[in-house]
Amino acid sequence: MIAVIARKELRMLFTSPLAWILLALIQLILTWVFLGRLDAFLEIQPQLLQIANPPGITEIIISPVFAMAAIVLLMITPLLTMRLLAEERRNHTLVLLISAPISMSDIVLGKFLGLMIFFLMVISLILVLSVSLLAGGVLDYGLLLTSTIGLFLISACFAALGIYISSLTAQPVIAAIGALGILLGLWIMDLIANDADGWMQYFSLLKHFEYFNRGLIDTFSVTYFILFIVTFLVLTIRCLDGERLNN
Amino acid sequence: MSEQTIALTLSAQNLCRNYGDHVAVHNVSIQLKRGEVLGLLGPNGAGKTTTMRMLTGNLAPSAGSIRICGFDLFDNPYNAKSHLGYLPETPPLYQDMTVNEYLHLVARLHRIESRAIPTALEETKQRCGLNDRGSHLIHTLSKGFQQRVGIAQAIIHSPDIIILDEPTVGLDPNQIREIRLLIRELGATSSVILSTHILSEVDSVCDRVQIMHQGCMVFDEALADLRLKGINLETIFTQLTFQNRGNMDRVEAA
Repeated sequence: MIAVIARKELRMLFTSPLAWILLALIQLILTWVFLGRLDAFLEIQPQLLQIANPPGITEIIISPVFAMAAIVLLMITPLLTMRLLAEERRNHTLVLLISAPISMSDIVLGKFLGLMIFFLMVISLILVLSVSLLAGGVLDYGLLLTSTIGLFLISACFAALGIYISSLTAQPVIAAIGALGILLGLWIMDLIANDADGWMQYFSLLKHFEYFNRGLIDTFSVTYFILFIVTFLVLTIRCLDGERLNN
Repeated sequence: MSEQTIALTLSAQNLCRNYGDHVAVHNVSIQLKRGEVLGLLGPNGAGKTTTMRMLTGNLAPSAGSIRICGFDLFDNPYNAKSHLGYLPETPPLYQDMTVNEYLHLVARLHRIESRAIPTALEETKQRCGLNDRGSHLIHTLSKGFQQRVGIAQAIIHSPDIIILDEPTVGLDPNQIREIRLLIRELGATSSVILSTHILSEVDSVCDRVQIMHQGCMVFDEALADLRLKGINLETIFTQLTFQNRGNMDRVEAA
């Protein structure tokens, strides 16, 4: 049943122009960053050769692209999650799903899964971009892998939070602004966390992503991401269930 | 006793529902036999829609129990809901899908086997007069056709109980007649609950009528009995639900 919902979400996403425009936009921005870094790399290459243990193309070109990708996904996730529940509620179509013999968690997980499949497409496009560097050099596959895992996990966090905000309202625009506000807040927290070496940095999603982006798989970060995802998915299911009890 | 429970497809006991301090539905019981069409009447705000939302699991009752084909709606929601078809007041349609895509999705949501889906789809479109609309986008259809898609959605899995909330609102007289015929046809195999404001509709389609007023069930009688007694449905309805006696006398005098 989760698969039925996920398929429906993907179909609805790709029949609207939104998904295509976003995919094109993401690719445009990331390719730009990619080419910019490539240019910079070619310029400093002679100097790099004089260093004993120089950073490779993966560190200089691909890591910044993944870092940028995380920020771009932070910006666009609210646009994708806003419809998921808020629009269903506004168009009275949520009734169809609730009256069908499926559970609330199937509905929420199906929607989450549909969105994650979309993000997997985005990530695989970035991977294709990275692999194109094989034409002129060697890649650090370990770093590429950790960056990919990190991007996948952080986008899942964005999606879970977005779905939860979408479950709170019947106005897609409010859902988008709410989710964007909170995600931006989490980003700013990262900037503060850079200055002070305090507890703040433990809550910043992008700070945790930075470890992955440097090639580290920190179990603490993995746990934080997974807890974040599970918390917001459970909150969404509870929110929808609660609506039946006392709206 | 056991024979009676088998014959009953839906049995709701003492349903109550409060919104904060406001009592929307109070102590409502509904029992439905197989092959029976029940008309649920009542003025606006009498609690018809709330009752129907409770019967379909969209709203949890504050008190009371609901059994559907022997399954408790709260202990065993999946089995219970698979016997239900529900058309809410606003048909739950995805405007950007075609009729075929939409009905296909509904069939899958109701766990119809993949092999059986094309047949179910064709049959349902046939019954609802949607044959040549399969590839139309839903938002391009007229209100009457959208309403038919809504009904198609409620009957595609051949449920034992079909709950229709004001299915003929906003339709032209021809469409109303067609929908009534369809409801009669559905009533031959399933139990149907139908809420409406139109008294003549109840007269022409229903076997039994229940009237709600201010959240309570105030009247429950088979239409055949009413006819035997020579009681007019409209007189009963006005007597039971007209708020202001003074007004009513004036209406009667007119």
